[in-house]
Amino acid sequence: MLESSERSPSIDGGPTKTVLISDPSLRDGNHAVKHSLTAEQIAEYCRASDAAGVPIIEVGHGNGIGASSLQLGLSACPDEVALRVARENLKRSRLGIHIIPGFATIERDLSRAIDLGVDVVRVASHCTEADLTERHIGYARQKGRSVFGVLMMSHMASVEVLVEEARKMESYGAEGFVFMDSSGHYLPGDVARRVTALRAGLSIPVGFHAHNNLGMAIANSIAAADAGATMLDGTVRGFGAGAGNAQLEVLVAVLHRLGYATGIDLYKLLDAADMAEKKIIEAVPTISSVSIVSGLSGVFSGFLKPVMRVAAEYRVDPRDVFFELGRRKVVAGQEDLIIEVASELAKTRSAA
Amino acid sequence: MGQLKVAVIGSGNIGTDLLIKVLRSPYLKCGAFIGRNLSSPGMSKAVKLGVLVSDESIGFIEKNPDCCDLVFDATSALDHRRHAPILDQLGKIVIDLTPAQVGVMCSPAVNIDEALKSRNINMITCGGQASIPLAYALSLSHKEIDYIEVVSSIASRSAGPATRRNLDEYIHTTQDALKHFSGAGSTKAILNLNPAQPCVNMQTTLLAQVSNPDMEAYRLHLSAVVKNVRRYVPGYEVIVGPTVENGRVVVMVRVRGLGDYLPAYAGNLDIINCAAVAVAEAHARKLGAVPVH
Repeated sequence: MLESSERSPSIDGGPTKTVLISDPSLRDGNHAVKHSLTAEQIAEYCRASDAAGVPIIEVGHGNGIGASSLQLGLSACPDEVALRVARENLKRSRLGIHIIPGFATIERDLSRAIDLGVDVVRVASHCTEADLTERHIGYARQKGRSVFGVLMMSHMASVEVLVEEARKMESYGAEGFVFMDSSGHYLPGDVARRVTALRAGLSIPVGFHAHNNLGMAIANSIAAADAGATMLDGTVRGFGAGAGNAQLEVLVAVLHRLGYATGIDLYKLLDAADMAEKKIIEAVPTISSVSIVSGLSGVFSGFLKPVMRVAAEYRVDPRDVFFELGRRKVVAGQEDLIIEVASELAKTRSAA
Repeated sequence: MGQLKVAVIGSGNIGTDLLIKVLRSPYLKCGAFIGRNLSSPGMSKAVKLGVLVSDESIGFIEKNPDCCDLVFDATSALDHRRHAPILDQLGKIVIDLTPAQVGVMCSPAVNIDEALKSRNINMITCGGQASIPLAYALSLSHKEIDYIEVVSSIASRSAGPATRRNLDEYIHTTQDALKHFSGAGSTKAILNLNPAQPCVNMQTTLLAQVSNPDMEAYRLHLSAVVKNVRRYVPGYEVIVGPTVENGRVVVMVRVRGLGDYLPAYAGNLDIINCAAVAVAEAHARKLGAVPVH
């Protein structure tokens, strides 16, 4: 007799719950290799994941199309080439892009991407700035593409604000909504609470994108699904920024065991992951000490280098600096706060 | 004539901050402050300041053409494209603060004399006003610039609805202006809206690729241009560089505002509004306006 956790949908007899899997290995993974993915790597991975039946393959610079820059890193493979190559190598899978207004524009980037045959457009902003996405969502809808709204760094907004911002995206025409745990800060209860609130506040499907700073990416993704999220992101071997994402092949295996349908052939997905590890992933993401501190404090991991430098200068523990920055809800661009925090910590210490 | 009579159309963050600066200018007086909603915060502020207000948008100027000789348009790119022919027909000088790119692009520290020949002057964007002087100085010291990239961060609170809807126009207009004023082979503009509390100061970073960078020459031209900008934007300050890092020329400026309508962090309002007032005052002097101190 099968244990309940091993039941298959057919044995269970009830209606099978389906999860739509989106795979941003060729987008988030670009962060992990300094945006150096080549056309050949994109082609090969697209063929492998297409064969496995992964529903959506996201391609592009780590910060989405149009974001190749000196500031964030130049893409080795230009958007146009990456999208064309991906298009040519995807038969069943849909081709997706991530686009952040402020980096990419409709005229310069999105319209061309749509002409190149992109099927799924995910328009993203920081968790409190949804109104920046209105025109980009509207444009992609008008062009007949599937359009999802995405809020990044979602742990920095209260549940109420998150729902409010997501509702704006729905009102602009988003057909689905995804929230990202960009710092890998959530625990399963945090995710379930947000999914429940989002489902109550929205009439479109809800999705979740995990990072693994605290080793919770799979557990958090499952918590999302159990709370009613119907879209999940995962990357092979967790190939993504920092500590990486939910490891796709693990996620799919666990979802299947729990009786969720994904439409993905697990064996072929494992083959794709093995191939990617050999030919694409320079170093499989691990949870470094910094990733843990960054995840726990909810501070963007890009703060690492300046924090280390300033902490050494003021002779304070960089981990203390991280936690104090987290308490102040620091966001990228506020690096000047590091000195203030470090000097205060130094003063407190000498007073003690 | 006495002072030059101006109207401000657009009662958002930019228009309201601009109004306060106009009222302070010895060369300008405000004939009307025009928006679409009398109960908006900007309108209430204008009423408190004793300025004639209207909620009839461009229609008010059409009905009362004598209310002004010069119009500041602080609405949106889309609206300005509609307003421009109307104001032209009425014979108004127009200073456009939207990224509509209808008129001659102007960064006062770089091309005010050229701009004064035109009756529709485009103030580009806040990021453009902060970065064009940096790019222009680079073009004075380097014959060939391969690529210029400009990243601006502004406080989320300082970006009103029209600014947010015009994000794409902001990027295109800033890129075009950078190319125009520097001759760079290609240009890119990026804008970050930062929701941090307390609000962050406006910052703009220029990153450039040039062969054989000559920092000595750049430093000289840069300090002259920056001095020029500080005449109309006192809070404009180089905080990093210029330096060559990782093969790229890097210089970063911070813009602190005067704290007129929004607090001093909103340097993005000041840099474009101070530039617009500088152009209007130059027009006033050209027309023989008499300053009232």
